[in-house]
Amino acid sequence: MRKEKKVAFRFFKGLLFGLILSVSLPAQAALQVDITRGNVDPMPIAVVDFADSRSMGANIGRVIRDNLERSGLFEPVEPRAFLQQAMNVTSVPEFPNWRKISAQALVVGSVDAVDGKLTASFRLWDVLTEKQTLGKSYTVSEKNWRRVAHMISDDIYERITGEEGYFDTRIVYIAESGDRKRKTKKLAIMDQDGANQQFLTSGKSLALTPRFSPSSQKIIYLSYHKKVPSVYLYDLETGSVETLGNFPGMSFAPRFSHDGRKAIMSVSLNGNSEIFELDINTRSSKRLTNDPSIDTSPSYSPDGKQIVFNSDRGGSQQLYVMSADGGNVRRISFGDGKYGTPVWSPRGDLIAFTKMKGGMFHIGVMRIDGSGERLLTQSYLDEGPTWSPNGRVLMFMRQSRPGGGSPSRTMLYSIDLTGYNERLIKTTTEASDPAWSPLLQ
Amino acid sequence: MILRSLLVLMMLFTFTACSSTDDEVVDGMTYGAGQSGDPLAGTETYGQGAGMVAPGTQEDLVANIGDRVFFGYDRYDLTAEARATLDRQAQWLGQYQNLSITIEGHADERGTREYNLALGEKRANAVRSYLVGAGVDGSRLNVISYGKERPAVADPSPEGWAQNRRSVTVVN
Repeated sequence: MRKEKKVAFRFFKGLLFGLILSVSLPAQAALQVDITRGNVDPMPIAVVDFADSRSMGANIGRVIRDNLERSGLFEPVEPRAFLQQAMNVTSVPEFPNWRKISAQALVVGSVDAVDGKLTASFRLWDVLTEKQTLGKSYTVSEKNWRRVAHMISDDIYERITGEEGYFDTRIVYIAESGDRKRKTKKLAIMDQDGANQQFLTSGKSLALTPRFSPSSQKIIYLSYHKKVPSVYLYDLETGSVETLGNFPGMSFAPRFSHDGRKAIMSVSLNGNSEIFELDINTRSSKRLTNDPSIDTSPSYSPDGKQIVFNSDRGGSQQLYVMSADGGNVRRISFGDGKYGTPVWSPRGDLIAFTKMKGGMFHIGVMRIDGSGERLLTQSYLDEGPTWSPNGRVLMFMRQSRPGGGSPSRTMLYSIDLTGYNERLIKTTTEASDPAWSPLLQ
Repeated sequence: MILRSLLVLMMLFTFTACSSTDDEVVDGMTYGAGQSGDPLAGTETYGQGAGMVAPGTQEDLVANIGDRVFFGYDRYDLTAEARATLDRQAQWLGQYQNLSITIEGHADERGTREYNLALGEKRANAVRSYLVGAGVDGSRLNVISYGKERPAVADPSPEGWAQNRRSVTVVN
């Protein structure tokens, strides 16, 4: 399933954008970063501003450098230090000059814009072996120059780490403003790097917990628009909004299945939260849990066969896994403290969660049987992890404790699965409830 | 197939342009942004002129009966004090039969958002069940959970959190 999708995606990219300039994979892969190791020394990489008669080439170079730097795996060399200037995609690198500034990899490129169309071509050179390891070309509409920069960043990341990238993606989140006792919360969206921030709702009604459909074209979220808080479906193509499901009680905590055909959510029945599955096309629903305790925050496994969820049925807030039909329920969290917001990783092997223990909040991961728990973060209030599509990075919200004259702030952060490289995600307002899109198609 | 792919791509590349829609599509909502009619707007300012309030109003409820009850951490069972307050509320609602109310369930911020929505729902329903048991017609009682979205106080201390673990009875 995953493989098919990937092949289709590559084919699609190639079809539209791509003549491959030339690819010569060196027999010994010298240009390599092992991303499983955690605290790696970032690889020095030189990304030359793409040759262009206007500023777009410099902008593309900058977006690529910023992406690679934020990953924590690369250390872009400051362009002012370059000894060979004014390069384009066909320039032959003077390798000794790149070695002199310690660059291990070199990216050069050119941009041409004709009739509103932009063609960006690039080559990735291994400075040590003096070989080209990647070369590609993309043509898109001119206003999508950022997406080209992200796609090229993904190519570089994939070639050097051996893992699919995550730069050509978007984040849907909640933009917060106003007094803490009555915050305005709007549905908002931005590129993975914080560019193109946009509000999708006015803030008249509270909006919470948005999540992407697998196509990245729809957003499922909770809104207080009507008397009964309910799950809504927002269509990014048309801007239309509709309720999803027709339940007498509150419905909340929605997520899509990985094939996009179903949604799972909590529904309140006489005040008690049970988990329901909803068919997106027929809108028929099916109850999956039947227990007098709280059942919420469900998340499907990538193959759709299992669901991890949050329940206090054992006396405190813990994580449970059940079959997609609601059977075979077993508890998986057994450490000290309470656990919430479980999210199945896109690779299928891990569950990310929020943990509350000793007055602190953590983002952590465990294997799907509950073993191998690792806490990645700690603060006054960290909550709600979301996975990058390659399963290597987690984004979450952090609410700071007010004090010392500074007010409480709620912001987005990211951290590597290894527990390193914690980064603030810049947003124009306070922000919470991030959800990462799949790689855009 | 290729044509379809191209179309999809074009839509993708233009979707920032056509996704700036506001939620006027779903208008009429009054909670959340300081609109008049927000049931939460008054809960903190009422009671200032106790003794001069009109009977059978929210001000009356706050000043003379008590509009809220408090819960333990991660609990939704009613304390003896909560029951006493709700007994007074039931009696008061018996006096003003024309009133319908909304019971808001709230949680402190020391929990996860979705679990707290479920917890607020449990708390509001615990209050509703008690009032029904005390003789109030259930058709007069709505419930809504705000989870940790609408704290009564911003104080990040055990005392502040205790004030936020509450249900609030609001006259519709």
